[in-house]
Amino acid sequence: MAGKQKQDNTAGITHEGQFYSAERLHAMHDMMLYIRRFEEKAGQMYGLKKIGGFCHLCNGQEAVCVGMEEAADSKDYMMTSYRDHGHIIARGTDPTAVMAELLGRAGGVVGGKGGSMHMFDIEKNFVGGNGIVGEQVPIGIGFGFASQYRDDKRVSITIMGDGGVNQGAVYESFNMAALWKLPVVFVIENNQYAMGTSLSRASAETHLYKRGISFKVPGIQVDGMDVLEVERKMGEALEHARSGKGPMIVEMMTYRYRGHSMSDPATYRTRDEVNEWRTGRDPIARLQKQMVAAGLATEAEFKQKDKDIKKAVVAVAKAAEAQPEPDLSVLWDDIITDEIPNAYPYPRQVG
Amino acid sequence: MAKITYREALNQAMCNEMERDERVFLMGEEVAEYNGAYKVSQGMLDKFGPKRVIDTPITELGFAGLGVGAAMAGLRPIIEFMTWNFAILAADQIVNAAAKMKYMTGGQYSCPMVFRGAGGAAARVSSQHSQAFENWYANIPGLKVVMPSNPADAKGLLAASIRDNDTVIFIENEINYGDIGEVPEGEYIIPLGKADIKRVGKDITLIAHSRMTGYALAAAEELAKMGIDAEVVDPRTIRPLDEATILASVAKTNRAVVIEEGWRFAGIGAEISARIMEKGFDDLDAPVARVTGKDVPMPYAANLENHALPSVAEIVEAARVTCNRA
Repeated sequence: MAGKQKQDNTAGITHEGQFYSAERLHAMHDMMLYIRRFEEKAGQMYGLKKIGGFCHLCNGQEAVCVGMEEAADSKDYMMTSYRDHGHIIARGTDPTAVMAELLGRAGGVVGGKGGSMHMFDIEKNFVGGNGIVGEQVPIGIGFGFASQYRDDKRVSITIMGDGGVNQGAVYESFNMAALWKLPVVFVIENNQYAMGTSLSRASAETHLYKRGISFKVPGIQVDGMDVLEVERKMGEALEHARSGKGPMIVEMMTYRYRGHSMSDPATYRTRDEVNEWRTGRDPIARLQKQMVAAGLATEAEFKQKDKDIKKAVVAVAKAAEAQPEPDLSVLWDDIITDEIPNAYPYPRQVG
Repeated sequence: MAKITYREALNQAMCNEMERDERVFLMGEEVAEYNGAYKVSQGMLDKFGPKRVIDTPITELGFAGLGVGAAMAGLRPIIEFMTWNFAILAADQIVNAAAKMKYMTGGQYSCPMVFRGAGGAAARVSSQHSQAFENWYANIPGLKVVMPSNPADAKGLLAASIRDNDTVIFIENEINYGDIGEVPEGEYIIPLGKADIKRVGKDITLIAHSRMTGYALAAAEELAKMGIDAEVVDPRTIRPLDEATILASVAKTNRAVVIEEGWRFAGIGAEISARIMEKGFDDLDAPVARVTGKDVPMPYAANLENHALPSVAEIVEAARVTCNRA
């Protein structure tokens, strides 16, 4: 149970024996709120047809994004699927570049080549951004393999959803990661729905943290709506992987407030169900309540913060929209590293 | 020059590159303790140890993806598929991940790696184990496709493929593994994207890759007896294709037959003959002919299998007709 506590006279909250300073709590709160408002803006821009294609928002899942990032080392690799805006923003990538990517602009994180599903930032060790369900999991263990090969103590945080976890590639990856004790934390964001299919309609074993049992991959279940709990448990899992004990599964119990993608009205679930999560378990409201109770902030402060963040997001969207579209010449860039000029298909030519 | 087998030549290329570059490792089914299903990696576990020569579970999609991640992280994986038939299970990682990673990440990440293994028809193993897939991969931007036809090319092209900074699909031939030929010792590199004229001739150009190069050379000997002097061009790299060498040969001979083991529809021969039509139309005295595998799954029975594959006789016949000889 979280409560007010002073440690060395520093204001903060102690949660399950772990101390979080007021400064850190504010940063975590602000990042969650930023992601929430950013996603809302993205949804709005999609509605205005300024964002095209697929667009998967993570409203409701912010505690997972932020808590994991808080626990991780910046050198750790973070690998996810297409619901990636929140994760890359939590990693510290410039939100204007993320929004510019959504808008297909030159200054997007991948120069407008990827869009919503393909966010990458090599400087931040954010390694995707992968569009095929489950595909990122074997790639994720590859990063863990490289870390073990070089013995550089980096962990590969490999994220999938409750839909992705049913792909065969995931079990091939569990097996190899356990067999070779690769430093990987498999995070399952269980938001209860794989597109429109509820967990119980798609999974015989709905306790997804148990999915590694046959491969001797230990698993834990975490309240993914509680950012402090996510941070604490993720810290334990990272320590486990980093210390050479092999992979671990962390199932984050969470919920997405929006549909699977922007084209999904989410008629497969009741309004009551959504409201129960939204009003009863919202991760941002929860942390706000804890911080107010601990005397670390007031409701008025949070209201002001929300106004400031909304303003900041509007400014980001404006700056991104003001950017030019990519130059047509980049169509041919970044396909081949060692181009062979005299062989067909010729680099940068139609025929 | 030493006379060694095609499989030994491949082994030499991998060993040389692994000695040269700590980042290179070999991973696949049976590559380590068993010394390779086709003995291509014979002795490599002893030489490099289990950290760099790694036996995998039978899990092609998984270890192909592991290779993609390792390459993105800066290593230089050689991922062996026991045969390319099994790589179909890994196609998502090859096509959706490796081939597109550089583009999709705006150049931030790339996948410098080699996927290699036996391709083409084996002997008497029926439909699922005897197939040519080079046209599948040759269709994909972001990939290079390399296919050696003899031991020296096997060594030089594999070494070049391992050093290459892109994803290379390296398709060996199961039937050729035991072939013996002269191979340069020590470091030997053949640049990718360069065809090789395996026989000089003036009357007709036979374009053939992998195992079919040997068939084309045998056909050329038969044609010589009929007074037809055939030139044999081996592209060696399928994508990107050294079409200049092919077009220069056709400009000289004015006739061409393209030979491939794979199926005819949308095959490599279709692309090469289209290029000759587009760029060498005025040089042609006859339509380009194709000799391909028959449009059937590979059967088991010896006579049926023989019938399904291209033969030297079919190449001779196609060349004779193209040269308009009685």
